[in-house]
Amino acid sequence: MTEITLVEAVRQAMDEELARDENVFIIGEDVGVRGGVFRATQGLFEKYGGKRVVDSPLAELTIVGVGIGAALYGKRPICEIQFADFIYPAFNQIVSEAAKMFYRSNGDWSVPMVIRAPYGGGIGGGLYHSQSVEAFFTQVPGVKVVIPSNPYDAKGLLKSAVRDPNPVMFFEPKKGYRLIKGEVPEGEEYTVPIGPAKVTREGQDLTVFTYGMMHHYALQAAEMVAKEGIDAEIVDLRTLYPVDRQTILRSVQKTSKALIVHEDNLTGGYGAEVAATIAEWGFMDLDAPVRRLAGPDVPGVPFSHPMQEWFMINPEKIADAIRDLAAF
Amino acid sequence: MATKVIMPKLGESVVEGTVTAWLKREGDSVEEYESLLEVNTDKVDTEVPSPASGTLLRILVNEDETVEAGTILAWIGQPDEEIPDESPPSKQDDLTDEISEDEIIPDQPVTQRPAGRDNELGYISPVVARLASEENIDLRRVEGTGMNGRITKKDVLEYLKEQKGEESVEVPIWETPADGDLFRPTEMVFARQEDEPIKARHSIALPGETQSLSPMRKQIAEHMVHSKRTAPHVTTVMEADMSRVAAHREAMKSTIEGRGVRLTYTAYFLSAIITGLKEVPLANSSWTEQGIQFHQQINLGMAVALPSGGLIVPVIKNAEDLSLIGLAREINDLSERARAGKLQPDEVQGGTFTLTNHGTTGSLFATPIINQPQSGILGTGIIQKRPVVIQDAIAIRPMVYLSYTFDHRILDGASADTFLATVVQTLESWSSS
Repeated sequence: MTEITLVEAVRQAMDEELARDENVFIIGEDVGVRGGVFRATQGLFEKYGGKRVVDSPLAELTIVGVGIGAALYGKRPICEIQFADFIYPAFNQIVSEAAKMFYRSNGDWSVPMVIRAPYGGGIGGGLYHSQSVEAFFTQVPGVKVVIPSNPYDAKGLLKSAVRDPNPVMFFEPKKGYRLIKGEVPEGEEYTVPIGPAKVTREGQDLTVFTYGMMHHYALQAAEMVAKEGIDAEIVDLRTLYPVDRQTILRSVQKTSKALIVHEDNLTGGYGAEVAATIAEWGFMDLDAPVRRLAGPDVPGVPFSHPMQEWFMINPEKIADAIRDLAAF
Repeated sequence: MATKVIMPKLGESVVEGTVTAWLKREGDSVEEYESLLEVNTDKVDTEVPSPASGTLLRILVNEDETVEAGTILAWIGQPDEEIPDESPPSKQDDLTDEISEDEIIPDQPVTQRPAGRDNELGYISPVVARLASEENIDLRRVEGTGMNGRITKKDVLEYLKEQKGEESVEVPIWETPADGDLFRPTEMVFARQEDEPIKARHSIALPGETQSLSPMRKQIAEHMVHSKRTAPHVTTVMEADMSRVAAHREAMKSTIEGRGVRLTYTAYFLSAIITGLKEVPLANSSWTEQGIQFHQQINLGMAVALPSGGLIVPVIKNAEDLSLIGLAREINDLSERARAGKLQPDEVQGGTFTLTNHGTTGSLFATPIINQPQSGILGTGIIQKRPVVIQDAIAIRPMVYLSYTFDHRILDGASADTFLATVVQTLESWSSS
């Protein structure tokens, strides 16, 4: 086991998949010669050449459109959208083409494609380099939506995503790229299945359902409140679509209190689906109203530093929400 | 008390309006809903109806004046009525037809709102209510330690622990929270992917077909699950020597069939059940929350397998009034019409006890499921010649196993066996007369 960063885990996953299957290729802005703006593809251009690690024009519609075409031809593209904020020009390709292909061709055609995109704020990126876009895609049957929270899962889930026969949206918490480190088996092949959520911290008093960067913070918050005698369970959802309702409901049965945390905006955010799941099937286990802690409903993560702090969820804010819910 | 006339809010973004014309003068009488004045905003021109009948006492806002929505424009009341002292034109606060946003949406999520314990128990959460009901807890005895004395789940578990003197009380975790695809572990929905690349151009399908559920299949499923969930089932089995019944049937058959009636063993079983139910009325009852309801009538259901699959249970009403032949005739009629799908809805309702003849398909004995809200069901196995010991000699006799499933809330082993023994005895001692 070696400790590596989250972005290195992403890089390793792609490196291994490129080596394993010659149909795998990467396409995106600056992924080639430059090695990606976050260095997620560093060294891959040199290793696999310009036909496997393709620098695209600054046109996200093209990146995904080319990916879909290549996938239908039998290739397994990994499309990189440099920032999740830039994904909207490709939205139509993803929703109207990639997501529907398998269904509308009655299973004759499929699009085995991964779309990787760094998401999230707190990096001084302002409105156009900080967005969380997952909720747009968790409403689209036909794509899977995966958000890892640590290097081990990032590597294992990305490898599963590359091998998945249908399109997978893979959102990476960019603030955690170098901040989140973790152990990953060295020289040992493994994958993490798309689908199951994971209880990453056992607790009795309440459950925090979260994912990505916020999962990292939630674990810190849980340690903070543990000193005060509050025993929080943390569930890393990992795959947002399909929803692992079983793990969610099992945990609610146990703790009877649920807090959902994401940095995406509150209203219509993914937390609403988790809350609805609990309300619909876990109602008789609830000992308190379901609570959501999420980014405020403003159009973007502000650029001004104090304003960005105001927007972003951090371990202290999560700890406060846990205290409130525990006291109920 | 005088009534205010206020400047209405004439649209979502309209905050002010101009009085363009008063249609009444001070001292004029006015009817409710009668047009009182005209107002103009940057979006619309409209007439404002009078909010009450009476006299226009005073106009506070003159023509061509622009005021905010909610401003008092005039007073209407009785001619000599006093007008509340308000310096015009003032903003009126308690707009009745408008609720301010603060009132609808709390600033804070509910968790931060005090739960309150003013009405004895205060806020009872769903899980506390469920535990209290499942464990029969008087919540007034439970000390609340939550917000404002709310009783929390932990308080209830703590209380239970004290009551039972146990180390800990575990809330049962379901094996699976619920049924259906939504709850299947995602590993099952999305099977593990293979390492080898999957070709793009081929269809992927899991083997096996899914047969859609017929309404009858669904109903049977619902009834069975409901019954098993409702009543604690116990099945007791006895065997009966059918020699006398067989002999009687042989003797009767020819005479009866001349009259167009087919005499089956079912008629004998039903007849014996009636004797048993009369002997043990508890077996002909239903569980209700108020108590055990004894039925005056004996309405016997009999399960009939349908050629198209599934089954239906027609009911012979007031079976205690029928002779063996009468029962046989009813059985013939109901089972034929059941198979033809020609039963009336009320012919499958109101049963107080049910017979199921699983022996027709070779079954020896079974553990039938009670047809709710009845208290029991009798299953008859196949009638087979078997060696039996009679007075220390081995004899060959047509034997049948009778499986009686009863609701243990109502009957206990002793009463249930008394009923079943009566049935057996009736069959074994069938008199040829």
